[in-house]
Amino acid sequence: MSEEILRLESLSKSFGGIRAVNDVSLSLKKGEIVGLIGPNGAGKTTLVNVITGVHPADAGTVHFMGENVTRQRPYQAARRGLCRTFQIVQPFPENSVLDNVAAGAVFGGAVPSLKQARERAMDLLEFVGLQDVASQPASALTLPNRKRLELAKSLAMKPKVLMLDEVNAGLSSGEIDGALDLIRRIAEQGVTILIIEHLMKVVLGVSERIVVLDRGAVIAEGPPMEVVKDERVIEAYLGSKYAQRLKEKTHG
Amino acid sequence: MDIGQILVNGLVLGALYACLAVGFSLVWGVLNVINMLHGSFIVLGGYLTFFAWHSFGIHPLVSLPFVALLLFGIGYLVQYLFVNKVVTAPVLTTLTLTFGLDMILYNIMTVFFSATPRRVTLDLGTLSFFGITMPVDRLFGMALALALTGLLYYVMRKSRIGRAIVAVRMDRAAATLMGIRVNHIYAITFGVGALMAGAAGAIFAMVFPITTNLTGMYIGKAFVVCVIGGLGSVPGALVGGLALGLIESISGHFFGPQHSLTVGFLVMLFILLVKPTGLVGKRGYE
Amino acid sequence: MITRTGLILFAIWVVILATTPLHADNYIVRTAIMISMYSVLALSWNFIGGFTGYPSFATVAFFGLGAYVGAIAQRNGVPMVVAWMLATIVVGAFAAALGSILLRLKGHYFAIGSIAVVEVCRLVISSWRSVTGGGDGLNIPLLRWSPDDVAIFFLMVMLVLMIIVFALNAFVSRHRLGFGLHCIRQNEDAADMVGINTTLYKVIAFTLSALFVGTAGAAYASWVGYIDPTDSFSILMTVKVPVMVLLGGAGTVLGPVIGAASFVVLEEIFWSNFLDWNRAILGMVIVFLIFFLPGGLLRVSFRKVRDRLKGREGVAT
Ligand SMILES: Nc1ncnc2c1ncn2[C@@H]1O[C@H](COP(=O)(O)OP(=O)(O)OP(=O)(O)O)[C@@H](O)[C@H]1O
Ligand SMILES: [Mg+2]
Repeated sequence: MSEEILRLESLSKSFGGIRAVNDVSLSLKKGEIVGLIGPNGAGKTTLVNVITGVHPADAGTVHFMGENVTRQRPYQAARRGLCRTFQIVQPFPENSVLDNVAAGAVFGGAVPSLKQARERAMDLLEFVGLQDVASQPASALTLPNRKRLELAKSLAMKPKVLMLDEVNAGLSSGEIDGALDLIRRIAEQGVTILIIEHLMKVVLGVSERIVVLDRGAVIAEGPPMEVVKDERVIEAYLGSKYAQRLKEKTHG
Repeated sequence: MDIGQILVNGLVLGALYACLAVGFSLVWGVLNVINMLHGSFIVLGGYLTFFAWHSFGIHPLVSLPFVALLLFGIGYLVQYLFVNKVVTAPVLTTLTLTFGLDMILYNIMTVFFSATPRRVTLDLGTLSFFGITMPVDRLFGMALALALTGLLYYVMRKSRIGRAIVAVRMDRAAATLMGIRVNHIYAITFGVGALMAGAAGAIFAMVFPITTNLTGMYIGKAFVVCVIGGLGSVPGALVGGLALGLIESISGHFFGPQHSLTVGFLVMLFILLVKPTGLVGKRGYE
Repeated sequence: MITRTGLILFAIWVVILATTPLHADNYIVRTAIMISMYSVLALSWNFIGGFTGYPSFATVAFFGLGAYVGAIAQRNGVPMVVAWMLATIVVGAFAAALGSILLRLKGHYFAIGSIAVVEVCRLVISSWRSVTGGGDGLNIPLLRWSPDDVAIFFLMVMLVLMIIVFALNAFVSRHRLGFGLHCIRQNEDAADMVGINTTLYKVIAFTLSALFVGTAGAAYASWVGYIDPTDSFSILMTVKVPVMVLLGGAGTVLGPVIGAASFVVLEEIFWSNFLDWNRAILGMVIVFLIFFLPGGLLRVSFRKVRDRLKGREGVAT
């Protein structure tokens, strides 16, 4: 059994009256790909925000490589190698695509000089397939390309754990195959991946394990094929009526 | 001086401050523009009232509506012709623009009016109650200031224009879809801000001497009131105004009047840092 | 980033300013001193307002504070140059402390907070009579040289300061600090997320925007021999500085120099020719600047100016 890299214990976060993350405990092992799914507003993005210090946790702890990092600031998370992409992409609009990635390398990835950072950035742009637009300002990119840029930027930070918040949303099914391949290749380099996705095809395709979040709480966890058959999961996704009908169908 | 007198002084001053700042707060809250012209609008309103009274013997109460309407027109044009063009630009741009426009207006006023302090003296005597004395013109000014602020509150809540302004503030894009002419509403908002400044100036001219040198101080007070009370609402301006009036009169009593302004600014800095939304702090203009 | 051409232009400009005493009259030399001094202020402001995009109006607070620290030190027998260094250090420390509090604010709130700092400084200095002389101001011992030598000396001082701040600008713009500040300006949350310690970077930028402004203030006090609160903390001056940078081109290294020079020259022309209307004319310059030169003189696109003058719509926002 490989070692644990990230451990969440009873993590909670409320906004006003909404418990966006409710007593979540979770553990990621080194090198594993875990899918995090759940209906809209389940608290997936908020969970990532709490882990990376964007929002301070109300309760609970985050341990990263044995160290308690619950109170860290986002820049510290990035430097530790606890990296994420933004669901709502956050480029530096005036910087070139290359410099966007170089920023990740020089600040998060501790590359000593800007020159080296740009070299590394170019490699990563090739890796995600953006080498042709490297000199364009980031604001000129199409949405799928912006998502790729997010990915390249977070890879530049030399992640140990990478949390991908819907990087594949808005891609056509042809593009998705490429994206899946990319994610597998990242994982092969030993990066632990937490992938958040609505598209079942993606999550089921790459994840070794799936965690289901509903209304802030973990309602199911396990191997992909078992989790999708779980009644509570079907109910959370489709509503109780459909779940009932589905059950009747399969039983009768 | 006893405590009652200090409090009454503070409240009277505070009502005037609320009226002085409410237009500034409206523009800032709805347009997200810091209107550096506000102080000059106040002085202009005061001067016009003074000259109507001094040269033609028109009572301030009679001239006030006309002065206010004139200021509305000026404000509407300033927004329509200038500020609207850069209204979505960063803070620095809009602030610098209104500052530049203010330099022009200020210069025009100094050339035409000179910097002599001017005041409308109504000679209404003083009133004494429970050992507290108060010049009647101040009480009159306070009543007027409160009435105008209340009127603005009512208009913002009940009139179509008021609701359109609130809608634009909440969501510019949605308001456009609903068929609201955003530029027109912005210009009206700015006009209303100027109108309130002009009215405040008219009231001030009855109570204190007015000079062009005071524009900076008026702007400063408007800042403080908005930050203390909370931006973008009539109740916020009212609370902020009264708070500043009380702060000035109390600190003036203890540390001397020359320090009351400093204390006001310090309180403002403090509130900025601990509760940037202000005491009343809520979103949406009501 | 600065090009070789930019460096050469700057060098030529320094030479022109430095040689004014050789061929021009006192008035021109005085103007050259003012140009160098405002270049120091504009270049300093560039760190916070240009690179980082925080609309600071605190420059004049640093200037006035530097002037007062220098003046008080000199009156108490501290040698002039030591007094200037003292002013630099005090102002730098003040800015660092202030920045760590004030930079939590953004946008309009930051702008207002910085204006409030100016006002509070002015009011405190005005009322602290025993130390600052209050509203009567302070006299500073004057240099006992010939007026020409004094002018040359202060021209050199301001020029040296200008070169230092210029070099610092050029250095920062190439360095990861400048790169990080540029990221903060575009998207502060994203900057935080890629590993930039945004608080630290902003405080550094704010301190850099103050340091040599403090020195310039102290040197200015020694030059003119008299300071008072209204002059040293004038709100007009605090707005002038960002306007100069906008005029030249914010976030560039050469922009603030060009902006400061053109602004001071314009101002001098207006002062001498239109005494009654100089303020209005400056106001019109500002309005013109915002509508027709939104990127500053360095980024002038004459085609666009022509289009605008013809009345076509579309101000860059
Ligand atoms: N900054 C915030 N302030 C207030 N409420 C928030 C904030 N961020 C998230 N929420 C609320 O927390 C809940 C969880 O939102 P979150 O974005 O984490 O869901 P999600 O699972 O990522 O949804 P989606 O699939 O749509 O991305 C929602 O009800 C949302 O409105
Ligand atoms: Mg989400």
